[in-house]
This record gives sequence, structure tokens and C-alpha cells, in this order.
Amino acid sequence: MELEYQFLLPLIIISVSSVAAVAFDAIWKNKNLNFSFSIFALLATLIAAAYTLTASNEAIDAIKAMALSDLISKHQIHFGGYSAYFDILFCLAGLLTIVAAKPFIKREYEEYNEFYSLILFSICGMMLISHSSSLLVLFIGIELMSIPFYVLAGFFRKSIFSVEASLKYFFLGAFATGFLLYGMAMLYGATGTLDIKEIGIIISQGEAIPIYLTLGIGLMLVGLSFKAAAFPFHQWAPDVYSGSPTVVSAFFATAGKAAAIVGFVIIAKEIIQFDVKSFQIADTARTAQLIIAFISAATMLIGNLTALVQKNVKRMLAYSSVAHAGYLLMGIVASNELGYTGIIFYISAYMFMQMGAFVIVSVFERNGNEKMSFDDYSGLYKSHPILSALMSIFMLSLAGIPPFAGFFGKYYLFLAAIKADFLWLTIVAVISSIISMYYYIGLILQMYFKEQTHGRLKSKVGMAKYTLLITAAAVIIFGIFPSLIVDLTYNFF
Amino acid sequence: MLDLVYLVPLIPLLGFLTIGLLGKAIKKELVIGIIGSSAVGLSFLVTALIFFDMLSNPLSKAHIVTIYQWFEAGGLNVSISYQIDQLSILFALVVTGVGFLIHIYSIAYMKGDRSFYRFFAYLNLFIFMMLNLVLSSNFLLTFLGWEGVGLCSYLLIGFWYDRKFEGVRIKWTGDAGNKAFIVNRIGDFGFLIAMFLIYVTFNSLDYVQVVDAASESSKLLFGTGTITAITLLLFLGCTGKSAQLPLAVWLPDAMAGPTPVSALIHAATMVTAGVFLVARSSILFALSPAAMTVVAVVGVATAFFAATIGIVQNDIKKVLAYSTVSQLGFMFAALGVGAFTAGVFHVMTHAFFKGLLFLGAGAVIHGLHEEQNIKRMGNLRKYMPKTYITFFIATLAISGIPFFSGFFSKDEILWHSFSDGNSLLWLILSICAFFTAFYMFRLLYLVFFGKERFNTRTVHPHESPASMTVPLIILAALSALGGFLGVPEPLGAWFSDSPHLLHSWLAPLFQNSEIIIKNAGAEASHSLTMEYLLILISVAVAIAGIMLARKYYSDENWTKPRQLASTFKPIYSALYHKYRLDEIYAYLVVDPIFNSSQKFLWRVFDMKFIDGIVNGTAKVTVQLGEYIRRFQFGLVQNYALVMLAGIVLILFFLLF
Repeated sequence: MELEYQFLLPLIIISVSSVAAVAFDAIWKNKNLNFSFSIFALLATLIAAAYTLTASNEAIDAIKAMALSDLISKHQIHFGGYSAYFDILFCLAGLLTIVAAKPFIKREYEEYNEFYSLILFSICGMMLISHSSSLLVLFIGIELMSIPFYVLAGFFRKSIFSVEASLKYFFLGAFATGFLLYGMAMLYGATGTLDIKEIGIIISQGEAIPIYLTLGIGLMLVGLSFKAAAFPFHQWAPDVYSGSPTVVSAFFATAGKAAAIVGFVIIAKEIIQFDVKSFQIADTARTAQLIIAFISAATMLIGNLTALVQKNVKRMLAYSSVAHAGYLLMGIVASNELGYTGIIFYISAYMFMQMGAFVIVSVFERNGNEKMSFDDYSGLYKSHPILSALMSIFMLSLAGIPPFAGFFGKYYLFLAAIKADFLWLTIVAVISSIISMYYYIGLILQMYFKEQTHGRLKSKVGMAKYTLLITAAAVIIFGIFPSLIVDLTYNFF
Repeated sequence: MLDLVYLVPLIPLLGFLTIGLLGKAIKKELVIGIIGSSAVGLSFLVTALIFFDMLSNPLSKAHIVTIYQWFEAGGLNVSISYQIDQLSILFALVVTGVGFLIHIYSIAYMKGDRSFYRFFAYLNLFIFMMLNLVLSSNFLLTFLGWEGVGLCSYLLIGFWYDRKFEGVRIKWTGDAGNKAFIVNRIGDFGFLIAMFLIYVTFNSLDYVQVVDAASESSKLLFGTGTITAITLLLFLGCTGKSAQLPLAVWLPDAMAGPTPVSALIHAATMVTAGVFLVARSSILFALSPAAMTVVAVVGVATAFFAATIGIVQNDIKKVLAYSTVSQLGFMFAALGVGAFTAGVFHVMTHAFFKGLLFLGAGAVIHGLHEEQNIKRMGNLRKYMPKTYITFFIATLAISGIPFFSGFFSKDEILWHSFSDGNSLLWLILSICAFFTAFYMFRLLYLVFFGKERFNTRTVHPHESPASMTVPLIILAALSALGGFLGVPEPLGAWFSDSPHLLHSWLAPLFQNSEIIIKNAGAEASHSLTMEYLLILISVAVAIAGIMLARKYYSDENWTKPRQLASTFKPIYSALYHKYRLDEIYAYLVVDPIFNSSQKFLWRVFDMKFIDGIVNGTAKVTVQLGEYIRRFQFGLVQNYALVMLAGIVLILFFLLF
């Protein structure tokens, strides 16, 4: 086998197995089979990705030099480095979701095999995003991720909330995709190529057509901001996250957001190039940086402020996940090494802590959206000491309190913004963190210091306990040994 | 071998965890005692192995062992890493060695205590924290240990939390613990600010980096305001931990704790942390003559202040406590004149003889059923011969009788205060030495000589068990012989070329600092005749103190002292009440703060102003949230409209 195909293995495995999952379903109709198969497929992808992650830069360059296939020689697909790292993250998110979802969807009498293949398809899309080195691949990735998402959002077809979420997501998503695609077309018009690296070179040499370029950058910003749920394109997110089945929301809010941010980073770094010297684009690039900074500030403020007034825990998490996109955008604004390290660290940490929090909500849920208000959680530690402790860990980490992983993510991102002379953005971030403290810690207070009012909350944990244990362990371990991630991912971007 | 250093703090930590978690389940006191003692003993063995390894393969520079790095950003390296060099290993030896003996002693001393396991858990935790303090390779971890030993000190002072304790505004032992903790906070504040300044100035908190940077640019930094500020703030920290003026007031009240605690924490180890810190950052102090002067003056003033108070106290532990404060003053005086080795030397000998004195006092208190007033003791040498002999040796050592350990170290301090400082410093320190000899022999006479002044029918003093006397004997041997590590040049030149072993051991560390001081200061007067003369004078002073004490207190009626006390009543009363320092502080600092806090800061400022702002902000924030939430219409058309507005705005800004 050609060497280059070894590096494509993660993508090959995931795409083949997503299709195979559908076929299996058609032939055998066995729920457990599809569940086990998708776990197996994700594990295989994960191992393949881990293998490519270990490859040195020299080895990758050597393969690129003698590559025969167009995919690599024409720079359609990036591999190794951050792509491999994100492959691993996406597969982990998929695994954690599937394990937590199995008892959940079964309990709600909605276990259909499509669930597993939809997850596989969307992970395939996410991986394409992180591997994309061409606008075309990026677009395919985004769509391959989004379309299964629309279906997953409406997976509880008997619940009107779920169906509503699905429709909303679909309409607005289609709207945003239009702009994204239009932006890509503009960029192609400005530079005559779809290769992201080449576009960047042409722009920095000042050979692009200015008006198309500016429009292209603006529209791309819009499309990506929508996918990342950033202000003012965030309004779908709280509705969709709170309407969708909770485990699905967990998947959207973690893996989906991570994929959108990766796409954002690639575009911002390679195409917009804030520090570009070319006279023709310098102004636009700097304005774009300011716009992203403003989007970031507004996103975290609005996300946290609205989360503050929520009475429902799931909605609180939905809004707070909007705020976290704001923190992540800080790293893009800073666009220095520390910022990119911060993004990678924060995404990794965020994935585990947000996933854990959503899954805890899911184990208490009954009949869709019931039993999820703050009041239902009062005095929870008496009946569910372990779940309360885990929830507290996730809340403290989300609030950014050491020694949990969330602290270091924020620390690196804030530091990066200061180093990039965006002190005001850091101040906004600190203020919004303080606001977020209120409701994260508030939930802990509710669980530990309020008397039980509504009678015992019943939980069905089942297999979700594996997801909870792994996410909690990750949140603690990455907080105590942040160098595990930082040393690995430094210089990825 | 050096890389085994992680075991040194780890074993006491394991001891703490084992005893702390399982102590209640382990019913047998002996088992707990053995676990606790052997943890420290093993740690001592590892330290000793490292020490011998260093003896055979001398280190050219400090050896750093990083155990775990939390994170690194800029020059800030937050890690648990240990620095092995001559200074840290010396302190570690003293901490674990003396600590081990005191652990053994405590097994019998604390017998039958209802919280036996808690005591040993705290002691192990203390050793762990103290080792972090001295072994650390950076200011940050030292600070962690610094706070940790403060916590253990607090916990152990108030160990018998339901016992009463007499003191100015102190009723319970817990109040004494609070006092120690709060007074130390003031010093810790200085330490913290000093760390910030060090980080800003040197962009690092690692000792090696700071020392290198400081010696490289010593010309540039010499005498600058920054260095003076750093060193003075560090020294503020030291005055807290090491009970120097103006923060000396907590140590006498710390005697509320069990006696082994007084021996270990409040005499032998924790209170010398300040000396350690100054020695560790000697180069910074050397760069600031002003700070050095302050250190010397504070040291001498404290030595005098405490020595005079010690003369008139009647509580056996209080006398020893003031003696400790005074001896710490000696150490700082040595550091202040640039005699870093002498200061460290005195830390070591002091750990031996003062540890011994406290343990002996503990044995006496135990034998007399918790009696601490020396006026109600007497003739105990008949009942407790071993305790008496060891106590006597320690008393000779602290008084500075030739060839006992204290003689060498104290003499070195006196000599340096004369040769590197000035004759006034020397004079005052000599007077203090006289007082020291006097109050120590006063103590000795009142406790062990004369006739029994306690009720012999109800109280039957008895010698302590072997597990208590053996540590006493070992410490007595060390107090007697430990001084030969630092034989002064004029006395030792006949035997060897470098008789002062400790000086050559520590030389690599203090070299640079001493050169800077030498270059800056006036020509030091080094005359051999002078040194002989001073040695003779200090011996004469010690003997004079002893003779005076003997004259006064061999008389059973204490006619002369009583007469003096009534003639000089105001002075006597001032000394007896510790110069009324506690009352002055209470009047000048505590009351104003307390009253203004309660009447203004709390009722008005906090409840009205701050709470108003906080609640107001919260209200506004929530209102804002409610307002923004209204934009979450839930209708797709409206969302699309908002998006469209966003798109138009973004394109507008980009295009124009």
C-alpha cells in the first residue's frame, strides 16, 4: 500500500464504516449489532488517527513530495498534526456520546439504528473539516456534518420540541450555508483557486481581486460564525440544544462546536492572515480581526447573560455553550502560538466537561423536557452523592476554577489575547467569566445547600456511567497535568 | 543518589496520610507512634545518604530534581522541584534528625491523650511542609511550605483546644493559635509582595536563576531601591516566622501547645525558617547594605528585648520561649553583618540545645503533673537525674561555656559582629550573652537545686521512661560536641588547616555574597590578638552571668532578687509584662482595627456600600439578561432577520 494511504486511513475507515452501518441496518436490523459496530469503527478510526499523529513532520513532507495521488499532491487534504489530533477528539466525542445515548434513547423508546450511522456520518464530516486543505473539502465536510445534525436534532420525532429544533436548525442552517458557499465562490473568483494555502499566498502577494476578496472574507465569517454559534448568528443554538434529545445536544455542543472552530481557525490563519503585509488587504484583514474580536466579546457576554436568567438546567448549558464559543474565538483573534495552543486545550477540556454536564442532565430526564429545572436539583447530593460530585466537577471546570482543565484553557486564551494587545477583550472575558460563575456555582449550591423540595429525583445511569467517569477523569487529569496536551499540540498550527 | 530526594518529603507525607486517614481505626498508640516516628526516621536516613554522597562527590552547583511541573508560562515555572545543595541538605538533616528524636520522645509524652493519632498526623504533616520549605528550588514552593508549617503550628498550638491559657486577651489555647496565625499573616504579606517584586525584577522565581541573575548584574543592582524593597519585604516575612521585632509577640503564647511541639516547631525548626530564607537569598541581601543594617539592628534589638524579659519570667516554657526569641535575634544579627555561615551554624547548635531544653522542660512538667511555674519546683535533680544532667549540658551550651556547641557558634557571631559590624553591636550582644547565662542558670537553680517547693506528699516526681530520656541523651551529646563542626581559626589552626568544617561546607553558597559585602564595606579588622581577647571576654561574661545567678538563687529565700525587684519596681514590672508590647499592640493596632471594622467597615461600608454595589450589579446584570432573553423570540423568521442584520453590518464594516 502506498504510504500516503496509511495517512488517509482514519478518513477511509470512518467513511467506509458509516456507509456499512446503513447497510448492516438494512440487512440485520439488530440494534446491538449497530451499536457495537459503530464503537468498533470509531475505535479503529481513533487508533489510525493516533498512528498518523505520531508521524514526524519530515515523514509527512517526504510523503507529500513523492505522493502520486492528486488528493495529497494538490493539497486537497491535510494530514498528521492537528488534523490527527482533532480526529481523535471527534472519535472520542462520538464514543462518549454513543455510550451515553444507548440507555437514554432506549429508555425513551426511540432507539433506532439510524442514530449510530448518523453519528458516524457526522463525525466523518467533522474529520473532513479538520483535514481540509481546500475550500471544496471544507464545504463537503461542513455539509456532511450538518445534514446528519438536522436529522439527529429531530430524532425524538414524537416530541414537538425535538421536531421544532430540527426544523429551526435546518432552515437557519441552510440560510447560513448559502452565505458560506457564496463566500467560497467569491474567494474563488478573487484568486482563481480553491486551495486554501494557495489562496493565502495569492492574497499576501496582493494579486487577488479586492472587492471579491473582501466580500468572500465577510461571507465566510458569517457562515463560520453560524456554525460556531457566535453572536449574532447564535440564536438557533439555545433553541436547538435545548430542544434536541439531551445526548444529541451534548454531541452538537462539543464535537460540532469543535469542528466549526477548527474550520474557523484554518480560514482565519491561512486566508484572512491578520498580520498580512500586502497593502491591498491589510486594512480588510485588520478590520476582520476587530470584527471577530467584537463577535467574541459579544458572544461571551450575551451567552453568559442569558444563561444567567435560565431556570432550566439544560437551557442554561445551551446558553453557556454559546459563551464558550466566545472564549474560543479569543484564540483566533490573538492568532499567536499561545492562542492556538489555548484553542486546542480549551476545546479538549470543554469537550469533556460540557459532555459530562449534558449527560448528567440526561440521566435525570423523563419524557423529554421534564425534571430539568434548577429546583429539581435541590438537595441532590443526599440522594445522588456521586452524580452531584461529578456535576460539581464539571461546573467548576466550566467556570474555570483550578485545578480543573477549564482553568488552563481560559488561562492560555486570556494570556494569548493580552499578548496580542487585546487587553479590552480579556477584560470582557474576565467579566463574563465572573457572570458565569454565578450560575455554575449556583447549581452546586442548589445541589448541596438547598433542601430537597420536589421529592427524589430518579436517575437511570446505566452505561452512561462510563462516559461520566471518563469525562470527569479527563477534566481532572488535564487540569493537573496540562502539559500532556500542551506539549503534544504545541506548534500544531 | 541525589535523585532520591523526592523520598525525603514523600515519606512523612505518607506517614501523615496513613495516620490521618487510618489513625482512628488503629487503636494501639504504639503502632501510630512507630509509624509516625519511622516515617521521619526513614526520611532522615535518605537525607543522610544524600549528605554522605555529597561528601564523597562534592557538588559544583546546585542539583535540581523536578518532581512535577504544573505549568510554565513566561518565566513563571510552577513546579514541585527540589534543590539539593549544601544549605538545603544541612537544614533537611536538622529537621529530620531533631524531628525524629522529638517524635520518639512524643510517644511517651503524649501517652493516653485522647487525640494521640491527630498529634502524630500533624507532626508528620509539619515535617513534610518544613522539608518542602527548605528543599524547594524556588520561592513559590518555599512559600507553600512556609504557609504549611504556619498551618501546622496553628493546629498544634491549639491542639488541646479545650484548655485554658493565660495571656493578654487570650483565654484558650485556640486564641494563642489564632494570635500566632494572624501575626504571621502580616509577615507572609511581606513575603508575597517580595515574591512579586522578585518575579518582576528577575523574571523568575527559581533560586538558581535569581541568584545567577543577581550576581551577574550585581554592579547594576547594588543598593537600588528595588533590591532594598525586595529584601526588606522578605525580611518582614522572616520577622513573622522567626518571631523578631516587631512581630515577636506570638512565640511566647505559642507555648500553649504540647511541649514536644514547642521543642520541634517553636524552637528547633520552624522559627529558623526566617534564617533559612535570608541565607537562601543572601545575594539579594548582600546587594542592599540598607537592608543588611536593618536585619542586624532588628536582630540585636530582639536579642536584647527578649533576653531581658527572660530574666524575670516564672513559667519554665516562657523562659525558654524568650530565650528562643533572643537566640534568633543573635542569628539575624550574624546575617545582618554578613556572617551567613555563623547564622546557619547557630541555627544548628540552637536546634540541638534548645530542642533539648524544651524536651527536658517537658519531662519536668510531666514529672510534676503539669506544673510549669519554676517557683513551685526545686531539687528535681534528686528525682530526675538523667533529665538534670542533660538539661545541665544544654544550659552550659546555651550559656557559651567553652567547647560546648553554643560556645563556638555564639562566639563566632560575637566576633563577626565586632569585626564586620561595629563595637556597639558587639557590646549589646555581649550583654545579651551575659543575660542568657544568667537566666538559664536561674532556671537551672530554681528547677533542679534548692529544696522542694511543691507538695511532696501529693506530687512524686519521677524519671521519665527510656523512650523520653534516650532522645535527651542523644541531643545532649550533640549539644556538647556539635560545636566542633565550626572551630574558629585561632583555636583550631593548631590541628588543621581549615578547622571550620561548616564554613568550608557552605563556602560555595555564600562566596559571591561575601565578596559583594567585602567590596562594598570598609576594611574589616582581622587581628588574631583581638579575636583571642574577644573569646576570653565572652567566656568571662558567661561565667559572670553564671556566678551571679548562683549567688542570687542558691539562697533559698531569693533575698537579693526580691530586693532588686522592689527597688526597681517599674523596670521589673515592665520586664515582667514584656515591655507591655501586647497591650501597646492591642491599643494601637488591634482595637482601632476591630472597632472601625465593626462600627464602620462592617455596618456602614460593607453592609450599605459594598453590598449595595454587589447587589446592584447583580440586579443590573440579571435585568440585562432578562432583557436580552426577550430577543430569543423562538421564531425562525426573526432569527433570520437578526442574522441578516449581522451580515449587513459585517459587510458594511469590511467594505467601508
